[in-house]
Amino acid sequence: MNGFVYLTDVVTLELDAAKCNGCRMCMVVCPHDVFGIEAKKAVILHRDFCMECGACAKNCSEGAITVKSGVGCAAGIINGLLRGTEPTCDCGEGSNCC
Amino acid sequence: MTQIGAIPHVATRWDFYDRWGAVKVRWYLGRFKYRVTPGIYAVGNPGRDSLVFVTGNYKLSFDHLRRALKGIDGWILVIETKGINVWCAAGKGTFGTKEVVRRIRIHHLDQLVDHRKIILPQLSAAGVAAHDVKKMTGFTVIYGPVLAEDIRAFLNAGLKATDDMRKITFPFVERLKLIPVDLFYGKYYLLIVPMVFIILSGLNRSGYSLDLVFENAGRTAVNLFSGYLAGCVLTPAILPWIPFRRFSAKGLVTVWLVAILLLFAGTLGRTLVENISWFLMMGGLSSFMAMNFTGSSTFTSLSGVQKEMKTALPVQIAMAALGIIGWIIARFL
Repeated sequence: MNGFVYLTDVVTLELDAAKCNGCRMCMVVCPHDVFGIEAKKAVILHRDFCMECGACAKNCSEGAITVKSGVGCAAGIINGLLRGTEPTCDCGEGSNCC
Repeated sequence: MTQIGAIPHVATRWDFYDRWGAVKVRWYLGRFKYRVTPGIYAVGNPGRDSLVFVTGNYKLSFDHLRRALKGIDGWILVIETKGINVWCAAGKGTFGTKEVVRRIRIHHLDQLVDHRKIILPQLSAAGVAAHDVKKMTGFTVIYGPVLAEDIRAFLNAGLKATDDMRKITFPFVERLKLIPVDLFYGKYYLLIVPMVFIILSGLNRSGYSLDLVFENAGRTAVNLFSGYLAGCVLTPAILPWIPFRRFSAKGLVTVWLVAILLLFAGTLGRTLVENISWFLMMGGLSSFMAMNFTGSSTFTSLSGVQKEMKTALPVQIAMAALGIIGWIIARFL
């Protein structure tokens, strides 16, 4: 896994353990093994593995997780800069990205 | 016939056109027209208790799913993701709660099957809120494995994906598959830029020399393409083994190693100034292309890429600009 860890201490992932109901959905949907469970509450085990896809926040029925999700993609960020919008890969008709 | 009418039946084997199509889209050809009509499809001999697998309408996604369902009786519900793969569509929200709910309703899934479960690819979770789908349709979303090929094991385990099935990896072969698309990032500039350099390479103190153009053409093209390919082919291929976390830094390391080889091979520059200029130009180019691969990678975060770009982009532009100036000056030395 070491070759596949990106920059450290940058992600916007936050977990409010007080709101957690212990359903483990975050553990299920996270593709990077970020979450664990301790004393029936979710905990962030590997913050730096997070790629901010937003699956955990989206699937947390209690709203205990927040993350500013978006495309971790340089072309998308440049795209956003050029248009003055949020980073977007805009894969609409005729565009050419992911 | 079913409760909701006739349903097309699909094969679980790829034929020649499926295989050829998969190769083509990896090379950028017709990527955005490679689509399946949204709707319900039957695999094997499904009935009212058979499981429902949901996927997007990028044909490559659909093909991987149906191939993985070999020997299984099930339904496939294809939703409209505008021909985009599951993960990207989920990130954009097109593979989202709204579309899943809409498709469940317009295709009358509740009349097709007696159970109330749908299986979604795990990577769609970034766009779908399982609890909202349940609230709106009564269907429970079960997230399957990341890869369709693990579906059989997932089913055998009683609809449980193991930790390994849930993790997204980025092995060598997967990285290689994503390289061709980035190869064409430069589009027609891939022709124009080398042409401009080759034409300018005829400049010298006494004016312009066609002989010089012919002498420099091959070398110039080799150096430029080496810079480009070091960034978008070599760096992705050996990604985890290059030091540094920033992709831009990885691209720089790779291309400078290549440039050192070219220096010893005698194809880089003719003067010290030209050699330094090539190091700068190739460095900026490769660093940028490598940074671009963050979009293909499976582990870079938006915050991280933003942080990286804030310093990397100005450096890349400065390197390229200084390199070009130095290279032009070198014409007259």
